[in-house]
Amino acid sequence: MTLLAVENLVVKYGNIQALHGINFHVNPGEIVTLIGANGAGKTTSLYAITRLPPPEAPRVVSGDILFEGNSILKTPPSTVVKDLKLALVPEGRHIFGNLTVMENLVLATYARDQKIDFSKEYQRIFDLFPRLAERKDQRSESLSGGEQQMLAVGRALMTGCTFLLLDEPSMGLAPVLKYDLFRTLKRLNEEGMTILLIEQNANLALHLAHRGYVLDTGEIVAEGTAEKLLGNPEVKKAYLGG
Amino acid sequence: MFRKYTVQLILVTLGGIITYLAYEELIGLYTLSVLMFMGVNIIMSTSLNLVNGNMGEFSCGHAGFMCVGAYVSSLLGVLLFSKDKIFGPPLLNPDLAIYFFPLVIIAGGIAAAFAGLLVALPSYKTRGDYLAIITIAANYIIISSIENLNVIGGSRGFMGMKKVINAMEDIIYLPWMVIWVFVFTVATVWALRRYTSSTFGKGVAAICQDEVAAEIMSVNTNKIKTITFMLSSGLAGIAGGLFAYIIGYVNPGSFNILKSTEALVMVYLGGMGSLSGAVLSAILFTVLLELLRPLQIIKWVVIPLLLIVLMQFRPEGIMGNRELSDIFPRLKRFYKFK
Repeated sequence: MTLLAVENLVVKYGNIQALHGINFHVNPGEIVTLIGANGAGKTTSLYAITRLPPPEAPRVVSGDILFEGNSILKTPPSTVVKDLKLALVPEGRHIFGNLTVMENLVLATYARDQKIDFSKEYQRIFDLFPRLAERKDQRSESLSGGEQQMLAVGRALMTGCTFLLLDEPSMGLAPVLKYDLFRTLKRLNEEGMTILLIEQNANLALHLAHRGYVLDTGEIVAEGTAEKLLGNPEVKKAYLGG
Repeated sequence: MFRKYTVQLILVTLGGIITYLAYEELIGLYTLSVLMFMGVNIIMSTSLNLVNGNMGEFSCGHAGFMCVGAYVSSLLGVLLFSKDKIFGPPLLNPDLAIYFFPLVIIAGGIAAAFAGLLVALPSYKTRGDYLAIITIAANYIIISSIENLNVIGGSRGFMGMKKVINAMEDIIYLPWMVIWVFVFTVATVWALRRYTSSTFGKGVAAICQDEVAAEIMSVNTNKIKTITFMLSSGLAGIAGGLFAYIIGYVNPGSFNILKSTEALVMVYLGGMGSLSGAVLSAILFTVLLELLRPLQIIKWVVIPLLLIVLMQFRPEGIMGNRELSDIFPRLKRFYKFK
């Protein structure tokens, strides 16, 4: 049973067609990656899935997005997070800069029953990202880029999600932090988290993922297991530097 | 144990003292009306602070909702409890006014809350400066509609509320207006504190910071915006109702953009997002207006000038976004603002 299926999705920003009917699916417990150059439509597909309201979201012209077999095209974004347990880590992090690290995490429990004791889950986040524990009471604006990215992931986890969507998490990170972050994602996946990862860094993404799709100007040009894509000469040439 | 109720005790004592002084006529009518306007201003500034400070939108048509509340509660009060040349004899026995008065004020608040939808609905898709323009438009729509309703006096205004108050005082002689202004002011501050510290309040803070991030954290931004705008304008409506009954006369001209600006000045003077700041600045602003009264029309040169000085030297307002208990941590033993 597929968890998420995107079928013939056509999406427009105003008059500009951004996706020309793409198909992909994600099975539970998998890491799937969408790779592609700038403007290929990666972020657009994510925004369409998380149902962000206009003006951010593109307009779905035709096609369907199925979550566990049901269409979510009419579902408001708050329900997507609350009931479908699907959380987005947006490009550029979008953390609440004025609030402290801890306040950011507390705010993420917004949709959940407030009677639950969250202390174990906060501890889990701090286990995954020890740097955040050190900076618990700092204003999150003052964190470095990498720490902000950790916070964005931690915050998404605090929504109680079982399906994590990440939009270019490695952007602007030092190589060491990048590998740290990807190791954490791997660990999350081993604990049962389904992950849809969007990346420009194809090499890194394909080494983490089980399966991948290659997007090019709104169309899927290649798909398959990660090993297969890593071996694909076309992909190699276009995204992996020969 | 005793400490837990300190604030409640202080409030009850304060209310009691003011009521007693008013009852025995130990303080003059002038001082009394300044005190009552202080209460109205506190409601105005704290409720506007919810939208401008906590939610980070810029509403500059707050007086419009005050106008709706003022008119609805005046009309309702006069219709039900007093003989009027437009509405004829009272629908209910004027003796009942004493019980129904708070309900009449609240009805004005509810009507204003629905008028708040005029801003809340466009706010789903509009933000920042564009929403500010919509709030000004809402203010004008409300004023102009009432000016053109000749049945209720149009721009000449509407009066007769004093009779309702007199009917109340005939039953039991107490300074009713003082009591109700005090009660509604305390209730407003309490309600706003509860709201901003609730789960909804977290959603409001999230919208203020980053709307996209709020949305992906499962905050239903449209719902929160609707509730917040309706609460804010509803409270402004209550302020309007009280204002109308204090003066005994309403006309649409007194709820124009200048009145909205006064509310804005109080919010910025107090500090954005600080509830105690909004209360302090409302008190300060009312006193300042009265102190500068001898200057007459020049008052409106001096007060904006003070605003410029304030923005120059302390742009974050008196309190910034802190509460009283952040500045004097000892107060936390008695009361938590957040």
